[in-house]
Amino acid sequence: MSDDIILKVENVSKSFGGVKAVDNISFTLRRGEVLGIIGPNGSGKTTIINLITGFVEKDSGKVYYKGEDISEWQPHKIADVGLARTFQAMRPYPTLPAYKNIIPPLYSPRARRSARGKLGDRSAVAIDLLEEVGFERDARVPYKLAGALPLGYLKRLELCRCLALMPEMIICDEVFSGLSMSEIVSMVPLMEKLQRDGITLIMVEHRLRELFKIAKKAIVLNFGEKIAEGSPDEIFNDPKVKEAYFGGEDSYVFK
Amino acid sequence: MPELRKERLDRGVKVRSDSIYALSSMKEILYLLGPGLVLILLLLVLPLVVSPYWQRVMAITGVYALLSISFGFLANYVGLVSLGGAFYVGVGGYLSGLLNAAGVPLILSIPIATLLGAVICTLLLLPCLPLRGVYFAIISFIYPLFAGRLIAATGYFGGTDGIPGLDRFPSIWVALYMAIFILLIVLYGLSRMVNYEDVGLVFRGVKDNELAIKASALNLTWYKVQAVFISSAMGTFAGAYLAHLYGWVGMSLFAIDFSILPVAATVVGGSGTLYGPLLGALILVPASESMRAFGTLRIVFYAVLLVFFVVFWTEGILDFLKRKYEQFEHWVRI
Ligand SMILES: Nc1ncnc2c1ncn2[C@@H]1O[C@H](COP(=O)(O)OP(=O)(O)OP(=O)(O)O)[C@@H](O)[C@H]1O
Ligand SMILES: [Mg+2]
Repeated sequence: MSDDIILKVENVSKSFGGVKAVDNISFTLRRGEVLGIIGPNGSGKTTIINLITGFVEKDSGKVYYKGEDISEWQPHKIADVGLARTFQAMRPYPTLPAYKNIIPPLYSPRARRSARGKLGDRSAVAIDLLEEVGFERDARVPYKLAGALPLGYLKRLELCRCLALMPEMIICDEVFSGLSMSEIVSMVPLMEKLQRDGITLIMVEHRLRELFKIAKKAIVLNFGEKIAEGSPDEIFNDPKVKEAYFGGEDSYVFK
Repeated sequence: MPELRKERLDRGVKVRSDSIYALSSMKEILYLLGPGLVLILLLLVLPLVVSPYWQRVMAITGVYALLSISFGFLANYVGLVSLGGAFYVGVGGYLSGLLNAAGVPLILSIPIATLLGAVICTLLLLPCLPLRGVYFAIISFIYPLFAGRLIAATGYFGGTDGIPGLDRFPSIWVALYMAIFILLIVLYGLSRMVNYEDVGLVFRGVKDNELAIKASALNLTWYKVQAVFISSAMGTFAGAYLAHLYGWVGMSLFAIDFSILPVAATVVGGSGTLYGPLLGALILVPASESMRAFGTLRIVFYAVLLVFFVVFWTEGILDFLKRKYEQFEHWVRI
């Protein structure tokens, strides 16, 4: 069935100067699926996200979202149809309480079209949403200054900004990286919940073990090229993947 | 002898961090509202006690204050540095002048010129909205220069002579209290918007984090357009007001003073709030007036003053006063 394909990326390329950051990449994603994107540093993971979500202009290639060609769309319009993304480098309003960071997306036309947008007080909605992603209301965490939040909360804040848009799909850029083991462990159920709620996910990650608790398939990038695609087993056993990760000795990835 | 220790309290932090506390006593309410009340009272009473010459200076100060707030709003809350003050004034002034000369009474020509002028200014600045920082500033600075030259060269709109014989305000009182009224409304409305309305947070994002705004399904350009419209409307009003204060419009409405003084006022007053640029204008314009006797040497004093603030007192007067006001020190026994 092709009509449940939510995202189709077709031969997308991008060079910066002489560097081929993304080289002729294609893949498709069905509604409700979770796709992992992995690859060494600088292999083009963030760039492919930027190309899909319109933040960087493509040199060539097409992107279809729910059957519609969104290749030339502006970022806000892509977000407006429910394709949200997080940023690897998060920059919240440091001097404002966490919940105020959720107000701009709640102010967006997309949120206002939905039932949630009509609830009235956006601050209250923002605090409810933050509670859903693990900001303990009783400990008044949603009221803490965003600049004083530990990294784990910032990552959740970034996810929450996406959830405020009631997205159908979220592309996450390294939600786990930089977090301690225990923070990652507590983050996994949240991602599983998003999946249960029917949100299609793309997760760019370095932590493969945690990634594959959630994602059942992944693509591997190296120097902008897709070198492998498939289930976790297929990827772990792919010689090209082992090669890309320093001849298979990268314990960071394969432990 | 008991030992004494200096203790510093920060009332601002206490009030901000807990709104219930703020309302718990009359004293705290006064503390919060005090500065605003003093400002309002001062503005309302001053016209009654000064000489006619200084009444006129006050009206001009009001014009510059509006322009300074307009500049400060756009620069500090939306991140667009606009030197278009002179353009807004010129467009608003000429529009109101042309309308008035065609028979539209000033009670209508001023609001029409304000809104229509703001639409025109916004449309003309639209192509430069993706530009940032100094590029936007330069383009917005070129428009008034260009417009002035164009009028001189083509002879349209009265050419170098301008359009004389326009309706004037019935009296200086009407003019002054109108300026004060508009100034207070603008201050109240803008500070509510940037501090308490949700769109204020969006503007802040436009300044600090464009990417997050775009990713939040918000059209960045559209919010820049809104902000430029608001800020240019303040300028076009100032221009229309000047047209009927003088009863004349001319090329001097495109004078670069209208673009530059707001920058100086923001430097002197402080950029932390909307009241900084206001305070800066309230100090600089009368100061410059009273230095008129020195002729062109005035510019030198001006420059020295600016250098002093830029180099030695970067926080600006208002932020300094605010800090002193919010923190008070007292001796406690230990
Ligand atoms: N805006 C840009 N200008 C120039 N080069 C860029 C730009 N963005 C990315 N690149 C280059 O493109 C390549 C891919 O970068 P990208 O950020 O997509 O990698 P990544 O896989 O996300 O890496 P990481 O794991 O470190 O986040 C790198 O060589 C990078 O230097
Ligand atoms: Mg990256």
